[in-house]
Amino acid sequence: MSDQVVTAHNGFERLLGRLGRKALGAVSWLGDMASVTGSSLALIFAPPWQGRHFVLQLYALGVGSFVIIAITGAFTGMVLSLQGYYTLAKFGSESLLGSAVALSIIRELGPVLGALMLVGRAGSSITAEIGIMRVTEQLDALQMMAVNPQARIILPRIVATTIALPLLVSMFDIIGLAAGYVVGVELLGVNAGAFTGEMIAKVLPEDLYAGWTKALAFGALVGSVCTYIGYRAVPTTEGVARATTQAVVIGSVGILMLDYVLTSFFL
Amino acid sequence: MIRTEKLTRRFGDALALDSTDVHIREHATTVIMGGSGSGKTTLLRLLAALDTPTSGSVWFDGDDIAHVNRKRLYELRSRMGMVFQYSALLNSLNVYDNVAFPLHEHTELDESVIRTIVSMKLEQVGLRGFEHLMPSELSGGMAKRVAFARALAMDPEIVFFDEPTSGLDPISAGVVTKLIRDLTQKTRMTSVVVTHDVHAGLSIADHVVLLWQGRIIAEGAPDDIRQSTDERVCQFIEGRPDGPIPFSSSKTRYIDDLLGGAVERSG
Amino acid sequence: MNEYKKIEMIVGAFVLAGIISISWMAVKLGQIGGLGASGYALNAVFTDAGGMRAGSDVMMAGVVIGRVDNVVVNERSQARLTLLIDDGIPVTSDAIASVRTKGIIGERYVRISQGGDDEMLQAGDEIEETESAINIEDLVSKYIFSSGE
Repeated sequence: MSDQVVTAHNGFERLLGRLGRKALGAVSWLGDMASVTGSSLALIFAPPWQGRHFVLQLYALGVGSFVIIAITGAFTGMVLSLQGYYTLAKFGSESLLGSAVALSIIRELGPVLGALMLVGRAGSSITAEIGIMRVTEQLDALQMMAVNPQARIILPRIVATTIALPLLVSMFDIIGLAAGYVVGVELLGVNAGAFTGEMIAKVLPEDLYAGWTKALAFGALVGSVCTYIGYRAVPTTEGVARATTQAVVIGSVGILMLDYVLTSFFL
Repeated sequence: MIRTEKLTRRFGDALALDSTDVHIREHATTVIMGGSGSGKTTLLRLLAALDTPTSGSVWFDGDDIAHVNRKRLYELRSRMGMVFQYSALLNSLNVYDNVAFPLHEHTELDESVIRTIVSMKLEQVGLRGFEHLMPSELSGGMAKRVAFARALAMDPEIVFFDEPTSGLDPISAGVVTKLIRDLTQKTRMTSVVVTHDVHAGLSIADHVVLLWQGRIIAEGAPDDIRQSTDERVCQFIEGRPDGPIPFSSSKTRYIDDLLGGAVERSG
Repeated sequence: MNEYKKIEMIVGAFVLAGIISISWMAVKLGQIGGLGASGYALNAVFTDAGGMRAGSDVMMAGVVIGRVDNVVVNERSQARLTLLIDDGIPVTSDAIASVRTKGIIGERYVRISQGGDDEMLQAGDEIEETESAINIEDLVSKYIFSSGE
């Protein structure tokens, strides 16, 4: 009897211990990420200027993600319009469809879905690329050639995702609104004037600022998480594979968590 | 040229390098040999300041490169070159841009001058005319020679070689070994070679350092090493599977494990 | 080199497209600057604004003629609304502003009924005559108590 109590007690202690270690691990992981990201960003003003590499990364990560963002935006707008129409029609308020679609896209879905697509498309490739550079000692080779990999590899990628995402999200928004308009007005027969009128009347500058701030924050998050995980990848082929998966998972969960924080901040 | 002082490196509980004093002589080839896990790669990375020691110093002329700031380290790196085990060519650049990379980064030379230098370096390693190939199109031996040309681009005073012959066929390995020997003599540069290839190592060395379990067990001219009477040295040179360096890495006695397992099963 | 120039141009086009998207949203949807500033401001004080928000419509004869720019509580604990009325739509000095509800969802808007006066309000003037939101609960309780007597 007392033996059982002791075991249960020990089990609980072990669980607590494991929980504590996990929490400490997470904190030190975040601390290390902040230090790698921070020291990389600090190099933005240090010579040599990496302009050419910003442009190349903006091309690879930003332009390269446009098609997937456009497709996601179009279908998001279409389904919102369709779904919203049948819900609003129950209350005879189809005229509100334009504002419902616009606010959902601009405040939430544009930034969040855009960022999730960026993690999947560009983030995973950032992690895999840097991880492979780690395995094949290319990062060490840069060091030996007196080129700081944090300035050359990490910094341009974080800057590129941070700049690219707000641009991509704005394109996502407009494509989504246009697609929503086509479904709402052309297919479901909502009055065109009511759709655009409501949309313009209900979208306030605050909504746009909220969307853009989110996009900027998510872009920075995707860039720093994915570069960091690649940079710290275990230098084996398996390590890179695991890092790539981890980057997408942590990046996506991070986006949703940050979205909640920012939304509660903006309401 | 380089002198280490009580150099120690721990990875967690494992002692990779134990209070080692090594002297790398100027204009000579120092070969660091040892089995896997003997600490030779750790030593090389510490000599090149790619890793920081747990304690001790690495004196490169007047500077302790284990503890200088990054700016000074990068200045010193312009006097160093390194050929990595897997070549570590930047896989987004072709052969020409790889060899020209340090020149593009650290000099203001005219492109026509750089072109001439690159041709000269590639000629030295016998690969002139292969400028347009990408690293993925090169064989292992060719990639290593390109990496060699890149390491020579800035006319360094010292070049580090990490396992220059591993993973190469005998002919390529012979070519690379000959290149190291010839170029070291011709340019009077200092080279440090880490290898477990006994034959190649002894043939190019002016000075040999033999490591075992993070300690130096023998040091001297190649002939001294060949004629050494130390049992461990003889075993390594002759490549015998068992001897003072045991075949089995197990810490417990085999018979105990077998009996212990039997006892557990019956009990 | 040549290839880099091409990439540079594509990136330039990409950034330009992004900036155009942002500006279009800012001007057309958010009415930040430019269009948003057009129109003139009138004030109106209500005892009960009934949940009016910035961005709500201002209507005259069922046509949108502007929007609510700002809602604050003034020093006498009344709701003070700033209305942004489109240029070219004069409002008489004896006009009545009332808080009304449209649709079943209960969305609020400000209705302006013109008076007969010849004098028109200028930017920054106040609409004196206002009707507050009709509170259905108040109406119901009033009815119950009056019928009980």
